[in-house]
Amino acid sequence: MDSSEPTRRDFMYLATGAFGAVGVAAVAWPFIDQMNPDAAALALATTEVDVSAMAPGQSITVSWRGKPVFIRYRTEDEINSAKDVPLSDLKDPIARNENLQADAPATDQNRAAPEKEPWLIMVGICTHLGCVPIGEAGAFNGWFCPCHGSVYDTAGRIRSGPAPENLLIPTYEFTADTVIRIG
Amino acid sequence: MSGHSTYQPQGKFAKWLDSRLPILTLMNAQAIDFPTPRNLNYFWTFGAILMMMLVVQIVTGIVLAMHYTANVDLAFESVEKIMRDVNFGWLLRYMHANGASMFFIAVYIHIFRGLYYGSYKAPREILWILGVVIFLLMMATGFMGYVLPWGQMSFWGATVITNLFSAIPLIGESIVQWLWGGFSVANPTLNRFFALHYLLPFMILGVVILHIWALHVPGNNNPTGVSVKSNQDTVPFHPYITIKDTFAMVLFCLFFGWFLFYIPNYLGHPDNYIPADPLVTPAHIVPEWYFLPFYAILRAVPSKLGGVIAMFGAIAVLFILPWLDTSKVRSGAFRPMFRPFFWVFVLVCIILGWLGSQPAEGVYVILARIGMVYYFAFFLIILPVLGLIERTTPLPASIAESVLGKSGGGSAQPAGSTAAPADKG
Repeated sequence: MDSSEPTRRDFMYLATGAFGAVGVAAVAWPFIDQMNPDAAALALATTEVDVSAMAPGQSITVSWRGKPVFIRYRTEDEINSAKDVPLSDLKDPIARNENLQADAPATDQNRAAPEKEPWLIMVGICTHLGCVPIGEAGAFNGWFCPCHGSVYDTAGRIRSGPAPENLLIPTYEFTADTVIRIG
Repeated sequence: MSGHSTYQPQGKFAKWLDSRLPILTLMNAQAIDFPTPRNLNYFWTFGAILMMMLVVQIVTGIVLAMHYTANVDLAFESVEKIMRDVNFGWLLRYMHANGASMFFIAVYIHIFRGLYYGSYKAPREILWILGVVIFLLMMATGFMGYVLPWGQMSFWGATVITNLFSAIPLIGESIVQWLWGGFSVANPTLNRFFALHYLLPFMILGVVILHIWALHVPGNNNPTGVSVKSNQDTVPFHPYITIKDTFAMVLFCLFFGWFLFYIPNYLGHPDNYIPADPLVTPAHIVPEWYFLPFYAILRAVPSKLGGVIAMFGAIAVLFILPWLDTSKVRSGAFRPMFRPFFWVFVLVCIILGWLGSQPAEGVYVILARIGMVYYFAFFLIILPVLGLIERTTPLPASIAESVLGKSGGGSAQPAGSTAAPADKG
């Protein structure tokens, strides 16, 4: 028999192989997925911070989901220098603000807290490789990452260095005049 | 190369065993009678030194694991307890920590020896590729081991290295969270790194066995790069190579012991004696010295994805090296144009290592860029072109001739003494 027609045996051979492959994948998935963040890590923790004791020019770092979050009460000078920057000078023109639309431009207004422009709330993790930048440092007097030299301005926007994005602004709201809930 | 043995098991038990599991025949052919080029120099002893270091790391690692606790609240304390309370804990931990550095010193010498003498060329491509796989596994093991003490460098090293994967477009962020088991480096990360740090050395051992298998098919390369042509060219592995390897291992142990007993923290970093703090990055973070050349390449590129690609590319290029070098002559000893380029390459690797330890700013970044360009040019331009234009010097007709000279060689070294499986005790 030299026919090129597939035989019953060919069919069963392929069907068995396919069945086996699906089975292997089904068994592999629990072994892969167990490494993902577990239920406890996923339980979306929120952090409430009372900032009534802060004065202009001060910042605090709070821990949210194991990550540092910078809360900065900016001075007039800092706000003005951030506002003076034309968008075309920015390395990343997107606001990276989870409270706004994904394509909102990185104006100072879109970075600062709504109606409270002295307040800047950002995840304190360099968007390059995850170090914690140092505050009031670098050429723009904003943040400077000591690991690989990324420089952020007073609105937390990347201005030079290898980091690709502005510092992330997490979901948050002012639940009272001086209380911020992050997450 | 393994067909030269004339071993027959002697004695009743040996015959009984060998007819059921021919392990005596195998070991005799591969580790005793195995024909080895007679002109190997001391750079060829680093394979045995590496085997010794793998055993040292596995043995010290297993006993350290008996005292270590992989939990973010307890890890740092348990390491200090090993250092202060556990009997000889200081010795075992310093052996393990410095042993990792010795392992990398030996492997870098081993790799550069392979580069100089063309040991990656046909028919040893698979042997070379398996070696690169071992190198990658070593890097993963070394990196995860450095995380376990849970000091500041552990934590921030782990953060930076795992974040390399976030450079992958679209899925990068999910991959990083999958590696962490959370939204930052935390307890699940430490736990899994410990499990993998225990596993990987045994995977290295497995690939080492394949590496030796692939070595024993064509046999050793040698300083002339000329293939073995007759029994005159070889000596049996035992006792010639076994005794030479043992002597080299003893010398290497002296070097190891100098670090171990006199400067055990020289290759470490003081910041790692500060417990990990997820909210504060140390002002100047650097990886362990053996990653520094690659770290310098990562930082030389002013783009996140570009830097990561360049760094992984610097290792990936080794996989295709056997097909990049077009020269038919293996050994650098007969390649006058290759030699200066090779030594500049060695120098560039050392300078890149130094640059990786410096801050990522100003002239350091410029120099790292120049170094990186040479690193890649060496593999992608210099080696392919050299093979086409270089005039190599004449090769000896055989290994024996290179050792004994063209005439009178036979009388200096009676033929019977070179291939003497029957003479051994």
